[in-house]
Amino acid sequence: MKPAPFDYAAPATIAEACALLAESGGGATILAGGQTLMPLLNLRMSQPFIIVDINKIAALKGIARTDAGIRIGPATRQADALGDALLAAELPVFVEALSNVGHHQTRNRGTIGGSVALGEPAAEMPATAVALGATIEVQSARGTRQIPAHDFYLGPYMTVLEPDELVTGIHYPAWPSGHVILFREVAQRPGDFALVGLVGALALEGGVITRAGIAWFGMGPTPIKARAAEAALLGKSIDAIDSAAIAELAISETAPFSDHHASAEYRRTVGRRIFTRTLSEALNIRRAA
Amino acid sequence: MSEPSSEFSLEMTINGRRQTGRCEARKSLGDFLRDDAGYTGVHLGCEHGVCGACTVIVDGKAVRSCLMLAVQADGAEITTVEGLADADGTFHPVQAAMRDEHALQCGFCTPGVVCTLAALTAGDAKPSEEQMLAAMSGHICRCTGYQGIRRAITRLAAGAAA
Repeated sequence: MKPAPFDYAAPATIAEACALLAESGGGATILAGGQTLMPLLNLRMSQPFIIVDINKIAALKGIARTDAGIRIGPATRQADALGDALLAAELPVFVEALSNVGHHQTRNRGTIGGSVALGEPAAEMPATAVALGATIEVQSARGTRQIPAHDFYLGPYMTVLEPDELVTGIHYPAWPSGHVILFREVAQRPGDFALVGLVGALALEGGVITRAGIAWFGMGPTPIKARAAEAALLGKSIDAIDSAAIAELAISETAPFSDHHASAEYRRTVGRRIFTRTLSEALNIRRAA
Repeated sequence: MSEPSSEFSLEMTINGRRQTGRCEARKSLGDFLRDDAGYTGVHLGCEHGVCGACTVIVDGKAVRSCLMLAVQADGAEITTVEGLADADGTFHPVQAAMRDEHALQCGFCTPGVVCTLAALTAGDAKPSEEQMLAAMSGHICRCTGYQGIRRAITRLAAGAAA
């Protein structure tokens, strides 16, 4: 089980990488952590003419505070983000979600940008980007653009990225300190893709919800933003929330598949329960505080 | 390596020894370690990142050698299971704990398990029993039912705490 032959290049700059992508006319594949790409190459499900390895591009690595939040370089290793003090302090829900991505050994190579750009619908990182309102910075030889995460995903493994475009940063807007975090997933084993999962954050002012960002994973062809549930939560006091009713709104926007792991009905049933429980537990903790 | 090519000359350090070679870009690190460098303790099982048997230590981190290209390890420092025991054959503490707790039967998954635990416990690191157990989600063992491996981890954690 060996990959088909390909050319390989490991450019040192974003400009060089973009030039290679532009020259390849769509025959190139970007190699970040390789934890999904390498299996696809080994199984010959992917047969690119050229692999553009972005691991030597220093500008694509690192986690930094910005004026509006936190910017993560796409080639940042998942293991490094998991141990990052800034993320732990300011975006704990991101860290919680990340701790469920793959295994210790795959997180040592896997990257944040690789997971975001792949667009696996049952994965944690795309849904987290959608829930938290992230913006994905993209560059090509033609220029740069900024894409809201909720507009980024078109279907399973399909995104708005053009073949010559490279993700150069993922920007997570700041959430006020003391925001409520929501995370729960059901998977068959640790490290497996979720059968059903949800991730989100709620900002509060004086016990009233002023901002809500929630998304499902494993509940449709893309991460699914729970817009109706978010709208219903906005402006509500945390004492006046019917978690089961909000969960019903959230479920109404999902479109889960049936596959050999679980039926769509199973996913809806479990989704409804984990949403209700996660929301009510998070709010109970806040009321008690 | 900024110019595209299908073949590269490589140099890396494996178990403290300098290794040079020339290989196709498509060759995995696991295949390079086994076929070019002769470290057959690297056990390639599924070759698509599921089983964990091929886990080696690259620059201090446990990684799956089937999910990394050899060319990406140019300049890296690599430890395989062959590089863990002392020169006189004295076992690495992870190997000793695995032996003492009967944590292997056929031994196919063992080099990967040992490399993950050796990387986690390297130097002054004192991972908790829970952290080591969590890292075992990345390994599949078909013989032991995992209980021997669990006991070896308990023993390692107790040794680290002592």
